[in-house]
Amino acid sequence: MSDENAKRGRGSRKQPADSMNQNMPSPDPRKASSAALDEARLRQQAIGVRLRQMFDEVVNEDVPDEFLEILKRADSRNAENG
Amino acid sequence: MDAASAATGSPVRPPRTAADDNAFKSELVQLIPHLRAFARTLCGDPTAADDLAQDAMMKAWDARASFQMGTNMKAWTFMILRNQFYSEKRRSWRQTQLDQEAAERTLVAVDDPEAPVALDEMRQGLAMLPAEQREALILVGAGGFAYEEAAEICNCAVGTVKSRVSRARRALHAILEDGSYDRDGLSAGDAMRSILADAERLSTVR
Repeated sequence: MSDENAKRGRGSRKQPADSMNQNMPSPDPRKASSAALDEARLRQQAIGVRLRQMFDEVVNEDVPDEFLEILKRADSRNAENG
Repeated sequence: MDAASAATGSPVRPPRTAADDNAFKSELVQLIPHLRAFARTLCGDPTAADDLAQDAMMKAWDARASFQMGTNMKAWTFMILRNQFYSEKRRSWRQTQLDQEAAERTLVAVDDPEAPVALDEMRQGLAMLPAEQREALILVGAGGFAYEEAAEICNCAVGTVKSRVSRARRALHAILEDGSYDRDGLSAGDAMRSILADAERLSTVR
């Protein structure tokens, strides 16, 4: 720190590049990245909604009779065998 | 703990009654739709999925003595179904191809003109994920399981499930975003746009 100050010299003028940057209307990087985050979150939510919908679509289908018949057969076999 | 080894345990247990069986059966029946849905995500092909779900249902029924009523039967049956799936899937070298074929068959099987196009893309996108990422994402993201339950079902650590889910989400997003799910006639980003539009529509309907 002190070395650097010594090199530059105290009270030295700002470099031209710095002063130019100060006058430029630069976009707020924090704002930009939070917008990107919101966007990413929104997309992930959308995927989540769609994923549940895909799963629920099958859940809401009528269960084929076969399932209950198989179970019923097994249950009655079980009852016969004691 | 798997179902088969649990069945041989606990020597002191009151004899099973018909009422026990009935209680078990009615709870099992309620889980059938969920087993079918989970099987469909593992197999893709609806017919193979129903075979798997039926096998799992019967395995659960046969192992009913080892199930403790009042504990999470959904997680228990999902675990049985998953074990069944992977024990049947001995032809692992063919799996990539099977996944692809299954995805295509599923595409054809969805013959509802009203079905939004993005649903197909979601299925195809899912089919492109590694199996362990896909199942983790399905269990947590659609099946309603906590990370801990999903870890038990998949027989792995909770942290592993978390990282699989997060990798699956990122990968699925990327697949849908750049259209690398290889569907003809759709430009990049169409799938994501259509999913977003659809999610918006859904959220306003509900």
